[in-house]
Amino acid sequence: MNPYNYLYLAALLFTIGAVGVVVRRNAIVVFMCIELMLNAANLTLVTFSRLNGNLNGQVVAFFTMVVAACEVVVGLAIIVAIYRSRRSASIDDASLLKR
Amino acid sequence: MVTSSSLVYLIGLPLFGSLFLLLMGRKADKWGHLLATAMSAGSFALGLAHFFAMTDRPTEERALTQVLFSWIKVGDFNVDAALLLDQLSISFVLLITGVGTLIHIYSISYMATDPNRRRFFAYLNLFVASMLLLVLGNSYLNLYVGWEGVGLASYLLIGFWNQKPAYATASKKAFVMNRVGDMGLSFAIMIAFATMGTVSFEGVKESVERAGTPALTAMGIMLLIAAAGKSAQFPLQAWLGDAMAGPTPVSALIHAATMVTAGVYLIVRSNFVFDAAPTAQLMVVIVGAITLIFGAVIGMAKDDIKKALAASTMSQIGYMILASGLGPAGYAYAIMHLLTHGFFKASMFLGAGSVMHGMNDEVNMRKYGGLRKFMPITFITFGLGYLAILGVPPFAGFYSKDMIIETALNAGGAKGIILGSLTLIGAAITAFYMTRVMLLTFTGKPRWDENAHPHESPALMWIPMVILSIGSVTSGLLLYRNDTFKNWLAPLFHDHAHHEELVPPIVVSALALTMVAIGVAIALMKYHFKEVAPVAPEDVSWATRFVRNDLGQDSLNETLFMKPGQAITRGLVAMDETVIDGAVRGVGSMAIESGSTLRRTQTGYVRAYAALIFVGALALLTAIWVVTQ
Repeated sequence: MNPYNYLYLAALLFTIGAVGVVVRRNAIVVFMCIELMLNAANLTLVTFSRLNGNLNGQVVAFFTMVVAACEVVVGLAIIVAIYRSRRSASIDDASLLKR
Repeated sequence: MVTSSSLVYLIGLPLFGSLFLLLMGRKADKWGHLLATAMSAGSFALGLAHFFAMTDRPTEERALTQVLFSWIKVGDFNVDAALLLDQLSISFVLLITGVGTLIHIYSISYMATDPNRRRFFAYLNLFVASMLLLVLGNSYLNLYVGWEGVGLASYLLIGFWNQKPAYATASKKAFVMNRVGDMGLSFAIMIAFATMGTVSFEGVKESVERAGTPALTAMGIMLLIAAAGKSAQFPLQAWLGDAMAGPTPVSALIHAATMVTAGVYLIVRSNFVFDAAPTAQLMVVIVGAITLIFGAVIGMAKDDIKKALAASTMSQIGYMILASGLGPAGYAYAIMHLLTHGFFKASMFLGAGSVMHGMNDEVNMRKYGGLRKFMPITFITFGLGYLAILGVPPFAGFYSKDMIIETALNAGGAKGIILGSLTLIGAAITAFYMTRVMLLTFTGKPRWDENAHPHESPALMWIPMVILSIGSVTSGLLLYRNDTFKNWLAPLFHDHAHHEELVPPIVVSALALTMVAIGVAIALMKYHFKEVAPVAPEDVSWATRFVRNDLGQDSLNETLFMKPGQAITRGLVAMDETVIDGAVRGVGSMAIESGSTLRRTQTGYVRAYAALIFVGALALLTAIWVVTQ
């Protein structure tokens, strides 16, 4: 099977994730879209690892997973904290930086 | 040169008095005037002691010096703060401290009701100290310090009653016009420094030979401008009339007897420069001749007694400047007239003050009349001063003024005839306007205001007037007899030329007296045998109007200098506001504008920031892709 198809799939997933981050208001969905983008990157890394015939890409993919796990922990904590204080999970409500 | 250690006290005493009184403040109000008078009198006593010591020494050892400290020392250039007391200086020292002390005494009574009398005396002492520094400095730079000091004292005293805006303006006018002259003096010092490398009188005198005529002419003209500013000579004469805003003792001391004669001192002191620069010398004569007529003409139309006397001062200093421009023949007579003028003009000014004192400070002579009976002492002292200024023998002015007329006539050729006739015409006009002052003030019917109660002034005021009038009777003869004063000053000047006597002195005296008689006769006709109106008549010829208007001196200055100056100032202010302030404000508002524009991108929505990051990353990638293709 042509390995470039994996790259196309990864680009598609990344785009879906990016658009999701930009257009969605729900913090949880935005969060999931970020995960989607990270996994698209992982897929790309693994594909390039396969194409180049070494394991560098697969190693970096593990790093990405660790970073993603940490990010989930911190991010979910922040979302829960915001939800508790504002009774809303919409990220547009948390726009205090404007003022 | 003999050195002395006591010269500094001549200046030090009044300077101490001035500073002490200013620093003590209101605490010294009760006795401040006594201290100031004592300081001035002490200085006079010291001056007298120096004078008698000087007469005992042989001619070549008469000059005294005292080096106070090394003032400026740069490479070869060295200026000491040093004093020089020679035959010329001592004449001034005695005049300044002598007349000064008398006027201090007079002011005790004249200013008795003024709440700021202590401050007045502090300024008077400051003036005496500065004037003494002016005549005692041994270099142009030391003289310059005193020169500015008297300018400051003059400014402070003209504007002493500065609660009246007109008086404050008058003091400012005097100060500004004096600055124009001072600029001339500073240029003269610069020329001396640049061409001769020295600014001391001794040094300049020795370097005159190698300085070259152009530099000396330039220096002479600059000195003349300085003298014109300080001595109210044409074309810088306009301030003197307004300077009469000051209290009358100030007018007597500063604007009649001493400070305004500093210009004559400067020219006579710089005799070596003018002797070597005939062009500058000629200009001195021209300025003197113009001013002596100019002042006299203005004096004819003045109804304000002090302004009439001020115009007369201007005219008399014109005589002195003219004499000092006639070279070695005239220097001694310039100073002699200066001394006699110091006596009789101070006496008349104090007389005017006494009249004002008795007439509720009224200065308009048309509101006087018939005061002879009410103020006999003032009338006699003023009258003696009047006879002296007219040049009636044997009063002081007869000797000093006739000698100037004689020297002018003896200048020879067309110059002699022109100058001689101008001085004679001046004498006639002087006789006219002084007689007018006498007649309007002391004779005729009273034209007083209803609430005027004329009375003789207290003894503290008339005693100085009496002493000064004795001076105005005797000083001329004392100085003239056996050429005493001429021989006294002779060692200072290089008088090698033989002076031809073109016109015999008796003819000169006869001519002068005839002119005086004509002037007196016209004045008698106009003001004695005719009724004098208590208000100045309005239906007068354009010429009278022009003279009343000070021959247009103020409007000329206004159109030529003041208005263009104001226009330039306004232009500069406008430029400052539009160009300079505009640039600064423009930078500020540009920052504000760009800030408020860029602020709109900061929405606070995380999504917007994320979108921007994506767009940016995409743009970057596209750019890299385009470049690497």
